[in-house]
Amino acid sequence: MNQNPTPQTGHGTGDYVTVNIGPSHPAMHGTLRVIALTDGESLIKAEPEIGYLHRGVEKLGESLSYHQFIPITDRLNYCSAIPNNVSYEMAVEKLMGLEVPEKAQLIRVIMMELARIADHQVCVGILGVDLGAFTPFFYLIIQREEIYEIFEWFNGARLTNTFGRIGGVDADLPDDFEDRWNELKPNVRKANEETEKLLTHNRIWMDRTIGVSAFSAEDALNWGFTGPCLRACGVKRDLRKDEPYCMYDKFDFEVPVGKNGDVFDRYIVRMIEMEQSIKIIDQAYKLYKEMPADAPLMARVPKVIKPPAGEVYSALESPNGELGFFVKSDGSANPYRIRIRPPCYMIYQAFPELVKGELIADLVACLSSLNVIAGELDR
Amino acid sequence: MDDWLIAIIKVVGIWVWVLLIAVVMTWVERRGAGLIQDRPGPNRAGPWGLFQPLADGIKLFTKEEIIPTKAQKFLYIIGPALFSLPAFSAYAVVPFGDKIILGGKEIILQVSDVNIGFLYILAIGSMAVYGVILGGWGSTNKYSILGGLRSTAQMVSYEVPLGLALLAVVFVYGTFSLRDISLAQQGTFLGFLPNWGIFKQPLGFILFIVAAYAEANRVPFDLPEAESEIVSGYHTEYGSMRLGLYLFGEYVNLVTISGTIVALYFGSWHLPYIDLGAYLGPISWGIVSFCIFFLKVAFFLWLFVWVRWTLPRFRYDQVMGLGWRGLIPLALFNIFITALFIQLTV
Repeated sequence: MNQNPTPQTGHGTGDYVTVNIGPSHPAMHGTLRVIALTDGESLIKAEPEIGYLHRGVEKLGESLSYHQFIPITDRLNYCSAIPNNVSYEMAVEKLMGLEVPEKAQLIRVIMMELARIADHQVCVGILGVDLGAFTPFFYLIIQREEIYEIFEWFNGARLTNTFGRIGGVDADLPDDFEDRWNELKPNVRKANEETEKLLTHNRIWMDRTIGVSAFSAEDALNWGFTGPCLRACGVKRDLRKDEPYCMYDKFDFEVPVGKNGDVFDRYIVRMIEMEQSIKIIDQAYKLYKEMPADAPLMARVPKVIKPPAGEVYSALESPNGELGFFVKSDGSANPYRIRIRPPCYMIYQAFPELVKGELIADLVACLSSLNVIAGELDR
Repeated sequence: MDDWLIAIIKVVGIWVWVLLIAVVMTWVERRGAGLIQDRPGPNRAGPWGLFQPLADGIKLFTKEEIIPTKAQKFLYIIGPALFSLPAFSAYAVVPFGDKIILGGKEIILQVSDVNIGFLYILAIGSMAVYGVILGGWGSTNKYSILGGLRSTAQMVSYEVPLGLALLAVVFVYGTFSLRDISLAQQGTFLGFLPNWGIFKQPLGFILFIVAAYAEANRVPFDLPEAESEIVSGYHTEYGSMRLGLYLFGEYVNLVTISGTIVALYFGSWHLPYIDLGAYLGPISWGIVSFCIFFLKVAFFLWLFVWVRWTLPRFRYDQVMGLGWRGLIPLALFNIFITALFIQLTV
């Protein structure tokens, strides 16, 4: 630590102070670290340092069988494990040329959209906490717990779901899903409504978020943004619409876009996406009910998975953006190489650009609104 | 001799009472948060978790006192003391009831009816900022210094609208004594409005309460200890009872501020439209006026909790902007209007 920590004032004098934020800091979700050069309250430069949660996930994959890697993918974006699982499974399925039964696809859609709601709830809630509004966090987290109840009752795990298998899903939706969902749906909507009441038109909230860390659509595309952060900049890009997978082309939903790409737009985009997810789940469940009860849940998959030699990249729209898996096979039972394209990694690169010239408080707001998940970032 | 005894009883009594309210406030804060946030809050220690403050107190007292190696020892140690001392002494001029007649002796329910009551509160209250600055500086920690700096700028800035809002009250009542102002709030004016400060100084009240929230470092003005930004601000490096003094001093400040608000703007111990003092005996009226006063105080204490768990936090530049560009011009305008009104009517 600097021996003389006195923050100096006076712009352009060169008397700046380095403030080390993280990796252990209340606002640094997980183990992020930002080395900020500050001039009093304003930031001259903010340099993120990553790697504090690096566990060698990609390397681990090389010594595990294809199925054994699924639980590892849970640990990427731990706020919503299911899209990670499905994204990996889809990549291997693509490599093997498997056709997943429609019923399994619908179950995947339902679970993924539930995970999307849970992820957005956490993100919005934490954004509130970081801006000093504690209460919405609790409203949202109570409903997230209910979603986790559904996960738990589906396959026993709340956080690290290890959902599905290569070629389909291992279990059908239990019979009382409809009751559970009908009970949960109004509560999720109510929690979102209350959050919006507390935040959206709150003068302090608007002052804190509108125009903060705004980003142009062009810049966002150049930096490789995907997901809600890109849509907040006004680019209508959603893999669910643009490159449909899992029967997403059969559902009627909207892709919300923002205008300025600031913290407020990211927040609003996430709020609307939650509502859209609810709509998707309803439609998917309707289709699911039309399926015969004994429809297959798994494609014909060999006991030991040995995909033909080759490589494949497959991506889906995770709550944070494009989550892609590159899998290369040499024909053996272990993948030759697995490469993960997490959405956060690309978004977090632009962090110094996003917070340039803002204040320390904005740094925190910006970071939460990007929803950078250390597990996914460092892998 | 009697006077001395009465004075000592009043001093000790109100000290213990304010302390007690502050202790209960720490419980109310957390249970209130639970109530607002759909969760139980602390409910393990005693009935409804009422002994939680006791448990916290024991924990803070018995914890090891660690002084960071690089801290400036003297400043680090006197910081919390300088913060909590003014907090405890400021209540001296705030009344806590009308008066009580015991054994033919009239005792006013106020530690000391100083004729410059306001100035005393302002002067003592602004001393708390030294505790924050010195504690933040003495910790030799960047977060602490940022917190101390924020606190300095904020408390000094908001002292101005606070003082200006009080000045308008002086214009209206023509006295600095809180007891005299309290007495003047009996009855009604314009035929139907209670004679309370808030009806005579509506703008002044809003200015005062906003500035008071900033002075107390409460949400939405809790920047000096903004947890998500600068960890815990000026008390990041503090532990054990030194931290306890900071946290506790804040609640004592809240009691003083709420008491001041009630005495100035909410009719002190008076109820609207009815003068209970005329119906009750001297002793029972003393007790009833005390209860009325502290019920009102309890409402404002609850308001602090309510606001804390509802609003987000301002940003540093917004706090400064609100203070200098919003509150101070408004306060000057308020003084101008008040003066003009008095000039035209009296």
